[in-house]
Amino acid sequence: MNTPAVEIENLSVTFPGPNKTRIEAVKNVSLTLTPGKALGIVGESGSGKSVTARSLLGLTSGNVTADTLNILGTDATRLTEKQWREIRGNKVAMILQDALNSLDPLRPIHREIADALPGSRKQRKQAAVEALYSVEMPEPALRAEQRSPQLSGGMRQRALIAQAMIGSPSVVVADEATTALDTRLTRMVLDQLAQLKDQGIALAMISHDLAQIAQVADDIIVMRHGEIVESGPTEQLLSNPQHDYTKQLLAAIPSGVARFAPLSQVATTEAGTFENFRHPADMRKLTDTLAIAVHGLSKTFGDHAAVSDVSFSVPQGSTLGLVGESGSGKTTTARMILGLERPDTGSVSIFGQHFAPAKESDRRDLRDQLGAIYQDPLASFDPRYTTSQILINALSGGTTSRSRHYHKRALELLDLVELDSSLLSRSPRELSGGQRQRLAIARALAPKPDILVLDEPVSALDVSVQATVLDLLDRLQLETGTSYLFITHDLAVVEHMSDQIAVMTHGNLVETGTAQQIIHEPSHPYTQQLIAAAPDWGPRSRR
Amino acid sequence: MSRTAKILATLFVGLVVTAALFPSLLAPGDPLAVKPSEAFQAPSLQYPFGTDESGRNVYTRVVHGTADSLTIGLAATALGMGIAILLGVITAFGPRWIDSVILRLLEVLYAIPALLMALLIIAFTGPGTTPAIIAVGLSTAPGYSRLIRTHLRTLVNSEMFDAATVLGHSRWHKVRNHLIPNTLSTLLALITLGIGQAVIWASALSFLGLGTPPPAPEWGAMLANGRTYLHFAWWLTVFPGAAIVTIAAGATLLGRTATRSRT
Repeated sequence: MNTPAVEIENLSVTFPGPNKTRIEAVKNVSLTLTPGKALGIVGESGSGKSVTARSLLGLTSGNVTADTLNILGTDATRLTEKQWREIRGNKVAMILQDALNSLDPLRPIHREIADALPGSRKQRKQAAVEALYSVEMPEPALRAEQRSPQLSGGMRQRALIAQAMIGSPSVVVADEATTALDTRLTRMVLDQLAQLKDQGIALAMISHDLAQIAQVADDIIVMRHGEIVESGPTEQLLSNPQHDYTKQLLAAIPSGVARFAPLSQVATTEAGTFENFRHPADMRKLTDTLAIAVHGLSKTFGDHAAVSDVSFSVPQGSTLGLVGESGSGKTTTARMILGLERPDTGSVSIFGQHFAPAKESDRRDLRDQLGAIYQDPLASFDPRYTTSQILINALSGGTTSRSRHYHKRALELLDLVELDSSLLSRSPRELSGGQRQRLAIARALAPKPDILVLDEPVSALDVSVQATVLDLLDRLQLETGTSYLFITHDLAVVEHMSDQIAVMTHGNLVETGTAQQIIHEPSHPYTQQLIAAAPDWGPRSRR
Repeated sequence: MSRTAKILATLFVGLVVTAALFPSLLAPGDPLAVKPSEAFQAPSLQYPFGTDESGRNVYTRVVHGTADSLTIGLAATALGMGIAILLGVITAFGPRWIDSVILRLLEVLYAIPALLMALLIIAFTGPGTTPAIIAVGLSTAPGYSRLIRTHLRTLVNSEMFDAATVLGHSRWHKVRNHLIPNTLSTLLALITLGIGQAVIWASALSFLGLGTPPPAPEWGAMLANGRTYLHFAWWLTVFPGAAIVTIAAGATLLGRTATRSRT
């Protein structure tokens, strides 16, 4: 119907590698962006999707070659930096990922948005207010005067979209614009992106999460190792994926997948075909024993009530999913359960034994029953330690003994979390995100705990990597009967992983129930809002 | 660190250590030997840095002065660091009210320029090498205390520490396995940076006549002395000055490299 806004044929981007080699980040990628349409580019980190998107703005530092690189009628294969500046912002704009770090905390929002515009300061400010108005910022005139720390996360995200839209671009690139956002924020950004389409903008949306891309995109490109493995209209790609990798990505989405059903696929030895990862059957015998019992926990920081009167329990061998958006008090609750924060009121007991509040020396014996896993495993490792030192330190109770016995146990732990023993001498810095989280799980398992407290364990991982870690956690629970307190903001993950779900907001526990109840018949208005905002993921029912 | 930087750093440290411990290897003469007939000789082969108003060999004096400057620098840094570590540990681990009291006190000390405070201390003790050490040490301590306190606080509140707590490691194990090793490298960088600073301050005090008394070959004192003859005997000020700059810049560079190689 329209002439394409962007046409790319055989785009390749290479970066200089070690020893004069070239690293091919993008290989022979062709794509078209059409006004009023959205193209989704999906792939895991390192697949070249961001490099591809950035080449639309001339922002790659590598060596870019293409047979055709046509941006709004301009041949962009050999533009100077000055000519690129004409294009950036005015013709092609980018919505940045991290609202917290992308806005200068010392400058008012209107200057962050409109400083690049021509015209007087007054005109620019007016333009900024209008842009904020068009992205539905509440009280735009007031917000324009404020600085980013004074805004909520959602407002910052809106400001970033306004910033991208201020030059009335014809092409917008959204690079992981919804990654790591809370459910309702993600919904808001997705709605905004859909609106851009209606305004006749050609949109390129990049994400590792196929479920989110599918909400907006008309066509999807699946990238892996710098190449396009599959492309096509969204409906067709989701309902009838051709390439194994696309199938793998689809299977990795946890929404609506039955408890303990596998998400990841493993390559069988012959001919690289994939088959579903298999779990042992669910032979858990759930008893009345409570692994964790929390009674009336409260914690106030200054005059801010972080957690007020929270009570719940985790039956032995089961998983309680604790859902809430950032700032809902779920991490503070976890820290009180782990004995890292002293509750103002209330108590925590573990297998019927009083655990918190208590003196550290009195409860040290109970600590062996409790393990913890964090969102950023790297921060929880001593930066000077290798993988083997981390495990031995955990196994030996901090004595860092060099005994053979510990070395053998460390190897067993690695095997348990499906990591190769060759990683023992590596620093965690050299491991991938998924490997790091596996190492963190291995460390937490060192004292053979009966309970794991997992605080956003997969939020920083790509969906495909997340699938493998979730499968690992499922397997461990089935094999060892470990009880999980699983904290996350991601409804799809919590639905798949939990027997019971507890919902927190503003420090209060508003609803507790079985996973089925909470997801399908939420009774509290907040839970209902949350469920309504979650991506509407249809294709699962079709399979 | 690049190869050349490594070689340069090794050479620098070697030269300074030799000059401090065995000055006679580099300059065999007596730094105090007076020879009035040879006064105010310009730099030559016989006197590479020239001679002063009493005919003393400036080169010999500069080399022999290293020990003095370096002792003051090291001792003052050691004193300042010692106090700072003590205060840092108390504020980071002690009860909250002690933390507040010490922090406020440090803030008051911060308001007084360090050199002014050094002068104040010397006003009480009288000039000399030991008072100079005490003065420089005491006046640098507040700054170091704050750095160390912040560093320790960050470590204690880190997820790494939380993880060890959850694993049931005792306080002592956490301190030994994580706190001390992760603090040492920071301290080392601070110390090297501090030595350069202390050498400059010690020289400044001597220049004002408040440090090591003449005729000892102290660089700051030599500078002050050479100032009188600046209009015709430039070498009396240039060479001791260059020595101060070299040692301060060298120590600072070493400290910077140490900081960078950590990250």
